[in-house]
Amino acid sequence: MEILKTKGIAKHFDGVHAVDSLSIGFEKGKITGLIGPNGSGKSTLINLLTGVIKIDGGLVVVGNNEEIKRLLPHEIADYGITRTFQDVHLFEQMRVLDNVLVVLTKRNVFASLFETHKKFHLARAEEVLIKVGLWEKRNELAKNLSYGQRKLLEIGRVLAMQNGFGDDSDIFFFDEPFAGLFPEMRKIVISVIQDLKQKGKTVILVEHNMDIIRELCDHLIVLDSGKLLAEGLPQHVLSQKSVLEAYLGE
Amino acid sequence: MLAMSLNLVVGFTGLLSITQAAFYGIGAYVTAILLTSFGINFFLALIAGIIITGIISLAIGYVLSKFNGDYFALGSFGFNIIVYSIFLNWQSLTRGPLGIPGIAKPTLFGLDFSENNYFLILVIICAILVYFLSEFITKSSFGRVLKAIREDEKAIQVFGYNTLFFKLTIFVIGAMISSVAGAFYASYITYVDPTSFALSESIFILAVIILGGLANNKGAMIGAVCLVILPEILRFVGFPSDIAAQMRQVTYGLILVLLMLYRPQGLMGEYKL
Repeated sequence: MEILKTKGIAKHFDGVHAVDSLSIGFEKGKITGLIGPNGSGKSTLINLLTGVIKIDGGLVVVGNNEEIKRLLPHEIADYGITRTFQDVHLFEQMRVLDNVLVVLTKRNVFASLFETHKKFHLARAEEVLIKVGLWEKRNELAKNLSYGQRKLLEIGRVLAMQNGFGDDSDIFFFDEPFAGLFPEMRKIVISVIQDLKQKGKTVILVEHNMDIIRELCDHLIVLDSGKLLAEGLPQHVLSQKSVLEAYLGE
Repeated sequence: MLAMSLNLVVGFTGLLSITQAAFYGIGAYVTAILLTSFGINFFLALIAGIIITGIISLAIGYVLSKFNGDYFALGSFGFNIIVYSIFLNWQSLTRGPLGIPGIAKPTLFGLDFSENNYFLILVIICAILVYFLSEFITKSSFGRVLKAIREDEKAIQVFGYNTLFFKLTIFVIGAMISSVAGAFYASYITYVDPTSFALSESIFILAVIILGGLANNKGAMIGAVCLVILPEILRFVGFPSDIAAQMRQVTYGLILVLLMLYRPQGLMGEYKL
């Protein structure tokens, strides 16, 4: 069953079609790899599906066939969608712990002013920070973390994330989460993604390392110039001549 | 009070607002007009000032929410000038440059605050209440979201926060607190005119919180104390009387430049601009 799909979704910048009438779907409970050469539209697609940029045409279908023409960034949490960014976006002058606690806050202005259940928030933040190996750094400012730690904190933040009804998120977009990580940190991220799959969550992974794609992904989508070039099982897709030519330059 | 109110907007939320003197002025004028023309109790006038300032700031905040960064600062700058021009030119209401004299001191249940000492106690009580209100806001989960907006609005939005509501709420709360300060100012001086609420006053309040420390409520109070006491200290330096006022401005400017160079977070600040 497809938990998220696009129907002819499009985005253009000054006449350049970054995403060109793209219709694809993401299977519930699976890890889907999203690959393609630089400028193929991977990050633009994620930005469209998370409301960060406006959709120029087409539809997004979430869950039970709810068709959406316009997604706003603050609405995606209610659909159970969360994401990391290609260029890490942390709350730099806040503590590591607060970077996680903030996404657990009630989203209504007045409810957040008089919020209770803070012990639950702390327990949850502790759980995810231990998972990504940053609990010892909880009182450091985010800006003082190393590049790899920053990536891990961003991943920890999406793990803590819940939808508007207090349930864990269902759809996780990871935009190049392994870039610039040491082997030990890679192991942590691999374990996080595998855990999510075990819990029945849907993961969409943008990644350039084909070994990781082969190891983790159940399904692979290849984009080129904003269009679908190929999709299917990773081992099949990665052996297709068109993919090798467009993406790997072979 | 003024510094703490601006610190909520600039220090905690990262909205570089240069319009706080306008809200301070609205509070002062509403109090002045209600006390001199209608003779109502100071505290009722104060509440009316808070409500009117809240409504006006909601409208201004909504318009300003369309801007970000430097454009927000420029827009807020423009609003201060508009409000100042209204004080100056709506003569049937504000008496324009003549100002409004004869503003009464507060009285409450037979207590008369005309004596300066009692007035001081009243203002200190209000300042303490504003401090605890600011602490409550900034230590709450709401306050944490404000800081996240300051750090990266795009990122906090994708976690489900409609940042417009959070920014508008704190902007209006900040304006309402400023209006309280304006009401006390009007009653203390017993006279208001537009020159007290010009752009330079907004810049002065900004200087106060940058000196004391952004995103720190105690820092805002310390900044206010430093910059209010500083002119008195400068009297002892012995500048010639014809340049003393200008030298005061030069000193403020110099302090700000030195702070930006060597301690951009201010004396007690937790956030660098």
